[in-house]
Amino acid sequence: MRFSIYRYDPDKDDKPYMQDYDIALEPSDRMLLDALVRIKSVDDSLSLRRSCREGVCGSDAMNINGRNGLACTTPVSGLREPVELRPLPGLPVIRDLIVDMTQFFKQYHSIKPYLINNDPPPETERLQSPAERAELDGAYECILCACCTTACPSFWWNPDKFVGPAGLLQAYRFLADSRDQASAERLDNLEDPYRLFRCHSIMNCVDACPKGLNPTNAIGKIKDMMVKRTV
Amino acid sequence: MVKLAVTGAHYGLRDWLVQRITAALMAVYLVLLATILIASPPHDYAAWRMLFSGQWFRIASFLFFVSLFWHAWIGMRNILMDYIHSTGTRLLMQILVILALLFYAVWSVDILWR
Repeated sequence: MRFSIYRYDPDKDDKPYMQDYDIALEPSDRMLLDALVRIKSVDDSLSLRRSCREGVCGSDAMNINGRNGLACTTPVSGLREPVELRPLPGLPVIRDLIVDMTQFFKQYHSIKPYLINNDPPPETERLQSPAERAELDGAYECILCACCTTACPSFWWNPDKFVGPAGLLQAYRFLADSRDQASAERLDNLEDPYRLFRCHSIMNCVDACPKGLNPTNAIGKIKDMMVKRTV
Repeated sequence: MVKLAVTGAHYGLRDWLVQRITAALMAVYLVLLATILIASPPHDYAAWRMLFSGQWFRIASFLFFVSLFWHAWIGMRNILMDYIHSTGTRLLMQILVILALLFYAVWSVDILWR
Protein backbone atom coordinates (compact mmCIF):
# COMPACT_ATOMS: atom_id res chain seq x y z
CA MET A 1 0.00 0.00 0.00
CA ARG A 2 1.26 3.45 -0.92
CA PHE A 3 1.60 6.28 1.61
CA SER A 4 2.75 9.87 1.39
CA ILE A 5 3.68 11.10 4.85
CA TYR A 6 4.58 14.57 6.12
CA ARG A 7 8.11 14.56 7.50
CA TYR A 8 9.76 17.34 9.47
CA ASP A 9 12.58 17.15 11.98
CA PRO A 10 13.40 20.74 13.01
CA ASP A 11 16.92 19.65 14.06
CA LYS A 12 17.78 18.38 10.58
CA ASP A 13 15.30 19.72 8.02
CA ASP A 14 15.05 23.28 6.71
CA LYS A 15 11.44 22.77 5.82
CA PRO A 16 8.83 19.99 5.84
CA TYR A 17 8.60 17.53 2.94
CA MET A 18 6.41 14.59 1.94
CA GLN A 19 8.02 11.14 1.99
CA ASP A 20 6.60 8.25 -0.02
CA TYR A 21 6.38 4.73 1.36
CA ASP A 22 5.32 1.54 -0.41
CA ILE A 23 4.62 -1.06 2.23
CA ALA A 24 3.29 -4.61 1.98
CA LEU A 25 0.63 -4.98 4.64
CA GLU A 26 -0.13 -8.20 6.54
CA PRO A 27 -3.74 -9.42 6.69
CA SER A 28 -3.81 -8.43 10.36
CA ASP A 29 -3.05 -4.80 9.47
CA ARG A 30 -6.63 -3.61 9.36
CA MET A 31 -6.43 -0.09 10.73
CA LEU A 32 -4.28 2.84 9.61
CA LEU A 33 -2.36 2.69 12.89
CA ASP A 34 -1.37 -0.94 12.15
CA ALA A 35 0.01 0.25 8.81
CA LEU A 36 1.91 3.09 10.50
CA VAL A 37 3.44 0.64 12.99
CA ARG A 38 4.41 -1.51 9.99
CA ILE A 39 6.05 1.55 8.35
CA LYS A 40 7.84 2.37 11.61
CA SER A 41 9.34 -1.14 11.65
CA VAL A 42 10.99 -0.24 8.33
CA ASP A 43 11.78 3.43 9.03
CA ASP A 44 12.07 4.03 12.77
CA SER A 45 12.74 7.75 12.27
CA LEU A 46 9.02 8.35 11.61
CA SER A 47 7.48 9.93 14.72
CA LEU A 48 3.88 9.73 15.84
CA ARG A 49 1.90 9.57 19.07
CA ARG A 50 -0.13 6.48 19.92
CA SER A 51 -1.22 4.65 23.00
CA CYS A 52 -4.46 2.69 23.41
CA ARG A 53 -4.85 1.79 19.69
CA GLU A 54 -8.65 1.58 20.08
CA GLY A 55 -9.98 5.13 19.88
CA VAL A 56 -10.09 5.88 23.58
CA CYS A 57 -6.92 7.83 24.36
CA GLY A 58 -7.04 10.26 21.41
CA SER A 59 -3.25 10.25 20.88
CA ASP A 60 -3.04 9.33 17.21
CA ALA A 61 -5.20 12.08 15.73
CA MET A 62 -3.87 13.19 12.34
CA ASN A 63 -4.95 14.54 9.00
CA ILE A 64 -5.79 11.53 6.82
CA ASN A 65 -6.34 12.28 3.12
CA GLY A 66 -7.32 15.82 4.04
CA ARG A 67 -9.63 14.94 6.88
CA ASN A 68 -8.88 14.80 10.61
CA GLY A 69 -9.34 11.43 12.29
CA LEU A 70 -7.83 8.78 14.53
CA ALA A 71 -5.40 6.41 12.81
CA CYS A 72 -6.43 3.55 15.10
CA THR A 73 -10.13 3.68 14.17
CA THR A 74 -9.67 4.35 10.43
CA PRO A 75 -9.77 1.12 8.37
CA VAL A 76 -7.07 1.01 5.67
CA SER A 77 -9.51 -0.68 3.27
CA GLY A 78 -11.47 2.53 2.69
CA LEU A 79 -8.50 4.81 2.04
CA ARG A 80 -7.63 6.28 -1.36
CA GLU A 81 -3.99 5.68 -2.38
CA PRO A 82 -1.48 7.13 -1.91
CA VAL A 83 -2.71 7.76 1.62
CA GLU A 84 -1.66 11.31 2.46
CA LEU A 85 -0.89 11.74 6.15
CA ARG A 86 -0.20 15.12 7.70
CA PRO A 87 -0.11 16.43 11.28
CA LEU A 88 -3.27 18.07 12.64
CA PRO A 89 -3.60 21.50 10.97
CA GLY A 90 -3.39 24.77 12.87
CA LEU A 91 -1.00 23.65 15.61
CA PRO A 92 2.82 23.96 15.65
CA VAL A 93 4.60 20.78 14.47
CA ILE A 94 7.11 19.30 16.91
CA ARG A 95 8.21 16.52 14.59
CA ASP A 96 6.58 14.56 11.74
CA LEU A 97 3.00 13.79 12.81
CA ILE A 98 3.42 15.13 16.37
CA VAL A 99 1.95 18.57 17.10
CA ASP A 100 2.26 20.87 20.08
CA MET A 101 -1.13 20.72 21.81
CA THR A 102 -0.36 23.45 24.41
CA GLN A 103 -2.78 25.98 22.90
CA PHE A 104 -5.53 23.37 22.66
CA PHE A 105 -5.25 22.40 26.32
CA LYS A 106 -4.92 26.04 27.39
CA GLN A 107 -8.34 26.68 25.88
CA TYR A 108 -9.69 23.48 27.45
CA HIS A 109 -8.49 24.53 30.91
CA SER A 110 -9.92 28.03 30.47
CA ILE A 111 -13.49 26.71 30.69
CA LYS A 112 -12.79 25.06 34.08
CA PRO A 113 -13.44 21.46 33.03
CA TYR A 114 -14.43 20.18 36.46
CA LEU A 115 -17.52 20.16 38.66
CA ILE A 116 -17.92 23.28 40.80
CA ASN A 117 -20.15 22.69 43.81
CA ASN A 118 -19.71 24.58 47.05
CA ASP A 119 -22.07 22.45 49.17
CA PRO A 120 -20.36 20.20 51.71
CA PRO A 121 -19.76 16.78 50.11
CA PRO A 122 -22.62 14.42 50.97
CA GLU A 123 -22.17 11.03 52.69
CA THR A 124 -22.79 9.24 49.38
CA GLU A 125 -22.76 10.42 45.76
CA ARG A 126 -24.39 13.61 44.49
CA LEU A 127 -27.44 12.01 42.92
CA GLN A 128 -28.97 12.86 39.55
CA SER A 129 -32.30 11.84 38.06
CA PRO A 130 -32.08 9.68 34.92
CA ALA A 131 -33.27 12.69 32.90
CA GLU A 132 -30.56 14.92 34.38
CA ARG A 133 -27.94 12.27 33.63
CA ALA A 134 -29.24 11.88 30.08
CA GLU A 135 -28.50 15.57 29.45
CA LEU A 136 -24.77 14.74 29.64
CA ASP A 137 -24.96 12.12 26.87
CA GLY A 138 -23.10 13.33 23.81
CA ALA A 139 -21.13 15.80 25.93
CA TYR A 140 -19.01 13.69 28.26
CA GLU A 141 -17.63 11.18 25.71
CA CYS A 142 -15.02 13.58 24.29
CA ILE A 143 -11.49 12.13 24.34
CA LEU A 144 -9.74 15.47 23.61
CA CYS A 145 -8.01 14.23 20.47
CA ALA A 146 -8.31 17.76 18.95
CA CYS A 147 -9.65 16.50 15.60
CA CYS A 148 -12.57 18.96 15.80
CA THR A 149 -10.74 22.03 17.08
CA THR A 150 -7.94 21.74 14.51
CA ALA A 151 -10.54 21.34 11.72
CA CYS A 152 -12.13 24.67 12.69
CA PRO A 153 -11.10 27.77 10.68
CA SER A 154 -12.18 30.02 13.56
CA PHE A 155 -9.57 28.24 15.71
CA TRP A 156 -6.97 28.56 12.94
CA TRP A 157 -7.48 32.35 12.77
CA ASN A 158 -7.77 32.99 16.53
CA PRO A 159 -6.31 30.01 18.45
CA ASP A 160 -5.38 32.23 21.39
CA LYS A 161 -8.87 33.70 21.80
CA PHE A 162 -11.46 31.25 20.47
CA VAL A 163 -12.09 28.32 22.84
CA GLY A 164 -12.72 25.91 19.97
CA PRO A 165 -15.32 23.16 19.59
CA ALA A 166 -13.68 20.65 21.98
CA GLY A 167 -13.45 23.22 24.78
CA LEU A 168 -16.97 24.51 24.15
CA LEU A 169 -18.42 20.98 24.15
CA GLN A 170 -16.80 20.47 27.56
CA ALA A 171 -18.09 23.88 28.70
CA TYR A 172 -21.59 22.66 27.86
CA ARG A 173 -20.93 19.34 29.59
CA PHE A 174 -20.52 21.25 32.90
CA LEU A 175 -23.22 23.84 32.18
CA ALA A 176 -25.64 20.96 31.63
CA ASP A 177 -24.64 19.13 34.80
CA SER A 178 -27.38 19.37 37.46
CA ARG A 179 -24.72 19.07 40.19
CA ASP A 180 -22.72 22.07 39.00
CA GLN A 181 -23.37 25.43 40.71
CA ALA A 182 -21.26 27.76 38.58
CA SER A 183 -23.41 28.14 35.46
CA ALA A 184 -23.61 31.94 35.82
CA GLU A 185 -19.81 32.27 36.00
CA ARG A 186 -19.40 29.77 33.17
CA LEU A 187 -21.77 31.77 30.93
CA ASP A 188 -20.03 35.05 31.92
CA ASN A 189 -16.72 33.47 30.95
CA LEU A 190 -18.04 32.65 27.49
CA GLU A 191 -20.03 35.85 26.85
CA ASP A 192 -17.38 37.20 24.55
CA PRO A 193 -17.17 37.96 20.83
CA TYR A 194 -14.04 35.80 20.58
CA ARG A 195 -14.32 32.97 23.11
CA LEU A 196 -17.74 31.68 22.00
CA PHE A 197 -19.06 33.83 19.18
CA ARG A 198 -16.23 33.15 16.70
CA CYS A 199 -18.23 29.98 16.03
CA HIS A 200 -20.18 30.53 12.79
CA SER A 201 -21.70 27.02 12.86
CA ILE A 202 -19.94 25.65 9.77
CA MET A 203 -19.90 22.22 11.46
CA ASN A 204 -16.39 21.10 10.44
CA CYS A 205 -16.16 19.86 14.05
CA VAL A 206 -19.13 17.54 13.62
CA ASP A 207 -17.66 16.22 10.37
CA ALA A 208 -14.28 15.55 11.99
CA CYS A 209 -15.26 14.05 15.37
CA PRO A 210 -14.16 10.39 15.44
CA LYS A 211 -16.53 9.75 18.35
CA GLY A 212 -19.57 11.01 16.45
CA LEU A 213 -20.20 13.92 18.82
CA ASN A 214 -21.84 17.22 17.90
CA PRO A 215 -20.00 20.27 19.29
CA THR A 216 -22.08 22.63 17.10
CA ASN A 217 -25.23 21.45 18.83
CA ALA A 218 -23.62 22.00 22.25
CA ILE A 219 -22.52 25.51 21.20
CA GLY A 220 -26.11 26.19 20.11
CA LYS A 221 -27.34 25.09 23.53
CA ILE A 222 -24.87 27.42 25.26
CA LYS A 223 -26.21 30.29 23.12
CA ASP A 224 -29.76 29.22 24.05
CA MET A 225 -28.85 29.40 27.75
CA MET A 226 -27.45 32.91 27.21
CA VAL A 227 -30.60 34.00 25.40
CA LYS A 228 -32.78 32.58 28.20
CA ARG A 229 -30.95 34.43 30.93
CA THR A 230 -30.87 37.70 28.97
CA VAL A 231 -34.24 37.95 27.25
CA MET B 1 5.79 43.97 26.04
CA VAL B 2 4.58 40.38 26.17
CA LYS B 3 1.74 39.76 23.74
CA LEU B 4 -1.21 38.61 25.81
CA ALA B 5 -4.50 37.35 24.45
CA VAL B 6 -7.08 39.66 25.99
CA THR B 7 -10.67 38.43 26.01
CA GLY B 8 -13.75 38.98 28.16
CA ALA B 9 -15.45 41.88 26.38
CA HIS B 10 -18.80 40.61 27.74
CA TYR B 11 -20.74 41.20 24.59
CA GLY B 12 -21.44 38.93 21.69
CA LEU B 13 -24.86 37.55 22.49
CA ARG B 14 -26.64 40.79 21.56
CA ASP B 15 -24.98 40.97 18.15
CA TRP B 16 -25.59 37.29 17.53
CA LEU B 17 -29.30 37.78 18.34
CA VAL B 18 -29.54 40.98 16.28
CA GLN B 19 -28.04 39.16 13.29
CA ARG B 20 -30.77 36.53 13.50
CA ILE B 21 -33.63 39.00 14.08
CA THR B 22 -32.55 41.28 11.22
CA ALA B 23 -32.27 38.21 8.96
CA ALA B 24 -35.86 37.25 9.85
CA LEU B 25 -37.10 40.82 9.21
CA MET B 26 -35.40 40.90 5.81
CA ALA B 27 -36.89 37.53 4.91
CA VAL B 28 -40.40 38.74 5.80
CA TYR B 29 -39.97 41.93 3.74
CA LEU B 30 -38.61 40.05 0.73
CA VAL B 31 -41.52 37.58 0.76
CA LEU B 32 -43.90 40.53 1.03
CA LEU B 33 -42.20 42.36 -1.83
CA ALA B 34 -42.12 39.25 -4.02
CA THR B 35 -45.84 38.66 -3.39
CA ILE B 36 -46.70 42.24 -4.38
CA LEU B 37 -44.49 42.13 -7.48
CA ILE B 38 -45.97 38.81 -8.63
CA ALA B 39 -49.58 39.81 -7.86
CA SER B 40 -49.40 43.16 -9.71
CA PRO B 41 -46.13 43.62 -11.54
CA PRO B 42 -45.41 47.32 -12.14
CA HIS B 43 -44.75 47.77 -15.86
CA ASP B 44 -43.53 51.33 -16.04
CA TYR B 45 -41.83 54.02 -14.00
CA ALA B 46 -45.13 55.53 -12.88
CA ALA B 47 -46.26 52.17 -11.48
CA TRP B 48 -43.00 51.78 -9.54
CA ARG B 49 -43.49 55.34 -8.18
CA MET B 50 -47.05 54.41 -7.19
CA LEU B 51 -45.82 51.32 -5.35
CA PHE B 52 -43.31 53.31 -3.31
CA SER B 53 -45.62 56.28 -2.69
CA GLY B 54 -47.47 54.55 0.19
CA GLN B 55 -46.10 55.72 3.55
CA TRP B 56 -46.30 52.20 5.05
CA PHE B 57 -44.43 50.69 2.16
CA ARG B 58 -41.71 53.30 2.56
CA ILE B 59 -41.44 52.57 6.29
CA ALA B 60 -41.28 48.82 5.65
CA SER B 61 -38.59 49.37 3.01
CA PHE B 62 -36.66 51.61 5.36
CA LEU B 63 -36.87 48.93 8.09
CA PHE B 64 -35.52 46.46 5.55
CA PHE B 65 -32.57 48.70 4.76
CA VAL B 66 -31.81 49.34 8.44
CA SER B 67 -31.88 45.57 9.03
CA LEU B 68 -29.63 45.04 6.04
CA PHE B 69 -27.04 47.57 7.20
CA TRP B 70 -27.09 46.40 10.82
CA HIS B 71 -26.76 42.78 9.65
CA ALA B 72 -23.94 43.77 7.32
CA TRP B 73 -22.12 45.59 10.13
CA ILE B 74 -22.11 42.47 12.34
CA GLY B 75 -21.04 40.26 9.44
CA MET B 76 -18.30 42.65 8.31
CA ARG B 77 -16.98 42.95 11.86
CA ASN B 78 -16.93 39.15 12.15
CA ILE B 79 -14.87 38.93 8.98
CA LEU B 80 -12.49 41.65 10.20
CA MET B 81 -12.11 39.93 13.60
CA ASP B 82 -11.27 36.66 11.85
CA TYR B 83 -8.76 37.96 9.34
CA ILE B 84 -7.32 41.35 10.42
CA HIS B 85 -5.24 40.77 13.52
CA SER B 86 -3.59 44.16 13.98
CA THR B 87 -5.84 46.11 16.37
CA GLY B 88 -5.12 49.49 14.75
CA THR B 89 -5.85 48.29 11.21
CA ARG B 90 -8.99 46.48 12.39
CA LEU B 91 -10.31 49.59 14.14
CA LEU B 92 -9.63 51.70 11.04
CA MET B 93 -11.42 49.19 8.78
CA GLN B 94 -14.35 48.99 11.21
CA ILE B 95 -14.69 52.78 11.20
CA LEU B 96 -14.67 52.78 7.38
CA VAL B 97 -17.38 50.08 7.32
CA ILE B 98 -19.53 52.05 9.81
CA LEU B 99 -19.13 55.28 7.81
CA ALA B 100 -20.04 53.51 4.57
CA LEU B 101 -23.11 51.86 6.10
CA LEU B 102 -24.26 55.13 7.71
CA PHE B 103 -23.87 56.82 4.34
CA TYR B 104 -25.98 54.08 2.71
CA ALA B 105 -28.65 54.46 5.42
CA VAL B 106 -28.94 58.21 4.83
CA TRP B 107 -28.93 57.62 1.09
CA SER B 108 -31.76 55.08 1.35
CA VAL B 109 -33.86 57.65 3.28
CA ASP B 110 -33.14 60.16 0.54
CA ILE B 111 -34.20 57.69 -2.17
CA LEU B 112 -37.36 56.49 -0.39
CA TRP B 113 -38.69 59.94 0.57
CA ARG B 114 -37.45 61.94 -2.42
